[in-house]
Amino acid sequence: MKIDVNEEFKNIKRYETDVLVIGAGGAGLRAAISVAEAGLHGIIVSKSLLGKAHTVMAEGGAAASLGNVDPRDNWMVHFRDTMKGGKYHNNWKMAEVFAKDAPERIRELELYGAVFDRTEQGKIKQRNFGGHKFPRLAHVGDRTGLELIRTLQDKVVHFENIDIHMETAISKLLVENGEVTGAFGYDRQSGDLLLFEAKSVILATGGFGKTFRITSNSWELTGDGEAMLYNEGGELTDMEFIQFHPTGMVYPNSVKGTLVTEGVRGEGGILRNSEGKRFMFNYVPEMFKDDYATTEEEADKWITGDPNARRPPELLTRDVVSKAIRSEVKAGRGSPHGGAFLDIASRRTPEEIKKALPSMYHQFKKLAKLDITKEPMEVGPTAHYAMGGIKVDGVTQETNIKGIFAAGEVGAGLHGANRLGGNSLTDLLVFGKIAGDYAAKRAKETTLKKPSEQKIKEAIEVTLEPFKDGNDINPYEIHAELREKMEEYAGIVRDEQGMKKGLDVLYEFLERSKHVKASGDSRMYNSSWHQSLDVKHMVITGIILTTAALQRKESRGAHTREDFPKPVDDLIKVLYVISKGPDGKPIVKEELYDDLPADLQKAMEEGEDA
Amino acid sequence: MPEKIDIYSGATLDSKIDLSIQRGSKNSEVKMEKYTVEYDKTEVVLDLVHRVQAEFAPDLAVRWNCKAGKCGSCSAEVNGSPKLMCMTKMSDYTNAKSMEIRPMRTFPLIKDLVTDVSWNFEKNKQIKPFKPPTGVKELTMYQQHVDRIQEYRKCIECFLCQDTCHVLRTHEEFNQYAGPRFMIRLATLEFHPEDQEDRIGEIKNTFGVNMCNITKCCQEVCPEEIHITDNGIIPLKERVADNFYDPLMMAVSWIKRLL
Ligand SMILES: Cc1cc2nc3c(=O)[nH]c(=O)nc-3n(C[C@H](O)[C@H](O)[C@H](O)COP(=O)(O)OP(=O)(O)OC[C@H]3O[C@@H](n4cnc5c(N)ncnc54)[C@H](O)[C@@H]3O)c2cc1C
Ligand code: SF4
Ligand code: SF4
Ligand code: FES
Repeated sequence: MKIDVNEEFKNIKRYETDVLVIGAGGAGLRAAISVAEAGLHGIIVSKSLLGKAHTVMAEGGAAASLGNVDPRDNWMVHFRDTMKGGKYHNNWKMAEVFAKDAPERIRELELYGAVFDRTEQGKIKQRNFGGHKFPRLAHVGDRTGLELIRTLQDKVVHFENIDIHMETAISKLLVENGEVTGAFGYDRQSGDLLLFEAKSVILATGGFGKTFRITSNSWELTGDGEAMLYNEGGELTDMEFIQFHPTGMVYPNSVKGTLVTEGVRGEGGILRNSEGKRFMFNYVPEMFKDDYATTEEEADKWITGDPNARRPPELLTRDVVSKAIRSEVKAGRGSPHGGAFLDIASRRTPEEIKKALPSMYHQFKKLAKLDITKEPMEVGPTAHYAMGGIKVDGVTQETNIKGIFAAGEVGAGLHGANRLGGNSLTDLLVFGKIAGDYAAKRAKETTLKKPSEQKIKEAIEVTLEPFKDGNDINPYEIHAELREKMEEYAGIVRDEQGMKKGLDVLYEFLERSKHVKASGDSRMYNSSWHQSLDVKHMVITGIILTTAALQRKESRGAHTREDFPKPVDDLIKVLYVISKGPDGKPIVKEELYDDLPADLQKAMEEGEDA
Repeated sequence: MPEKIDIYSGATLDSKIDLSIQRGSKNSEVKMEKYTVEYDKTEVVLDLVHRVQAEFAPDLAVRWNCKAGKCGSCSAEVNGSPKLMCMTKMSDYTNAKSMEIRPMRTFPLIKDLVTDVSWNFEKNKQIKPFKPPTGVKELTMYQQHVDRIQEYRKCIECFLCQDTCHVLRTHEEFNQYAGPRFMIRLATLEFHPEDQEDRIGEIKNTFGVNMCNITKCCQEVCPEEIHITDNGIIPLKERVADNFYDPLMMAVSWIKRLL
């Protein structure tokens, strides 16, 4: 197809707003509430329909130290757990506000209409999860994400001053003179090109799990936010830290990677190898050894609520459990399909299992023809969550580009080198709100700046590139290859040689991705066009991830290197900040976190002793 | 013939089926297009549709997100039955030589398997939101009092019940009836132990609860196995009846409205 940029320019549909929110997951929706409550106009765009964003998949719960189940819990313990789980590589400013604001954000959801499971006293019930010292996850069975997104969605649609554009994708951020002027995109249904002029833009586009072959993520997580910001000179950090969740389904093939919630272990589920041994007792790292049970008897006492018993090692942080399963499989003690056995059937009654884990029961019954109240499941690691992403100011959530904010999985810092389960949903609420507040504040203090015609035309070219004559790369095939290579070279265990080879391959992909082809003669709901643009973003995030991983010469949290198997103390506070260099390749800059201030050091110690 | 391996999942594709998929848009001719697709018996229908995209028809329009039955995006009619494609296993169709996939019929077509479901989002917007008691910061509610609404809240908005309900599908009463999905939504709010809003008038008039004649077809297709009619619509009808015909309840409802 011939692309006539001038003609296209004339037909663009234009919108103006105070704050443009890109993404309608938990972070985007919560940000929009703040914008509306500040009395400003906001537009939310999302690639899919409202209520379908990846957040809907979250299962286990949202962490907050409400103390409803164990009154010993408070923000300091949550702060300490978050820092410890992140291997002390966290942005402590974020971790502090996070732990402090979490309870209020959860209670507020209830006033919006969320209906969490209840304690006997009629309060929000909380469950145990890996790395959390006390039962801390507010939840609804194992469908907490659905509750969260539906609640926020129903709140947002009733604001007069918020417009929602569903099935609308942004393809380029408009930045001129270091400041945002808006964003450019297209309507997936009609194929129309759209221009959004905005005083502030919030990126809430989620992570990039779809760059890996085995993943628990939905199709939307293609790193759009990261790649688009990078393309405009934005800074990313911690990209090397990808969380592999230890329990994805390993069988059947079609659902390989689909998540099995940590809630199964929170409810007492245990891991065994092919010899029937509860192997996690052999994998308790030094830094956690005081917190975890050393015998099966002690672990079982903990499950029944004995306050003096320590927690079972199945509830170690995700990085530890994933690596343990991988080691068992490598040592020839894996399950028939190359995973470990996760057993809840012998631990709880069928009624309890169905009540606490209804979707897991349903998922295995339907997809694997397996009754989890009778038989153990087979599970193995699956790419799950991006700790890294866009570098933000720890107070305002603003990026290095004026007027662009980021919140949710697309942002970096809170989770350090490894995220604790349940901390993401709360992250969306806490930092969604903060990003919304500060984006609104900026919008009140600035005037709308018009994007230049030239910039808009550049955006048209980027958006329609897949329709160019001569393109010949099948976007589905290149995606499949990319995922395979990412798994191979930048997966759960990495080394220099592999990653260098990986980078060579990725740069080839970058070349080829310029020629991905949108087929068919119409722009209307054209899946090959959508996939083409997604693939371009995934290749860029893949390159950045691998570059960062090559740079970090230690093993910390989710980042494991065969050639540097130990954590290096000098690197705890070191951040690798990545931006686009003049030759188009990423450049890495080293930055240091400040030392933990005395009051937070003290909070951490008090949390430790609680 | 060497065994074929799927590019995404690594599955061994040792079976074959003729998949007829409805192609075409609201602006073009609409017809059934046949694709012969290889597959693995443990796969779901959505895997095959993806293979059609990758191998034969890259521009084929289909909605999906989670591929885990959690988002309610991939609704379609498989051999005439409303289903989530990601939860419909090929092993449920052993020995079938062919299969037909069409979009939901009740909603206007956009393209291929994608329909315009925006009417549902408009309906939802008309429903008055949850109203908590004033001045409270936290709610006290007991599990036995929320069990019922938690069942309704499992809804993933796949709109398969809307697609099935004859009031919408056959009689096209989109102005008279909000459909089973929104009866469930209204029930969630009405039976919430702490909700202070009054929606009884609208449930009857705007949303048309009495249009439902309890055929229960909706609950048969619900992938979340919500007892839409038995646990949602019938109690809602009773509440409406009580309110409209019981003078005491009418007085209470008037006072509630004045407050
Ligand atoms: C199976 C599963 C279970 C999980 N369980 C839990 C749990 O129990 N507890 C927990 O804390 N965390 C959990 N997580 C993690 C958590 O769900 C996610 O990290 C979180 O939901 C991300 O939310 P978000 O708002 O940042 O983005 P998302 O929900 O991913 O939403 C991203 C939004 O951005 C939009 N978007 C993306 N790119 C563009 C673009 N180019 N143009 C326009 N819009 C765009 C998308 O359409 C979407 O609306 C789980 C994750 C998975 C996969
Ligand atoms: S029971 Fe009512 S809502 Fe359900 S299909 Fe029948 S008429 Fe429609
Ligand atoms: S009630 Fe059931 S069938 Fe209807 S939209 Fe909700 S989940 Fe789908
Ligand atoms: S893709 Fe989410 S329900 Fe099928």
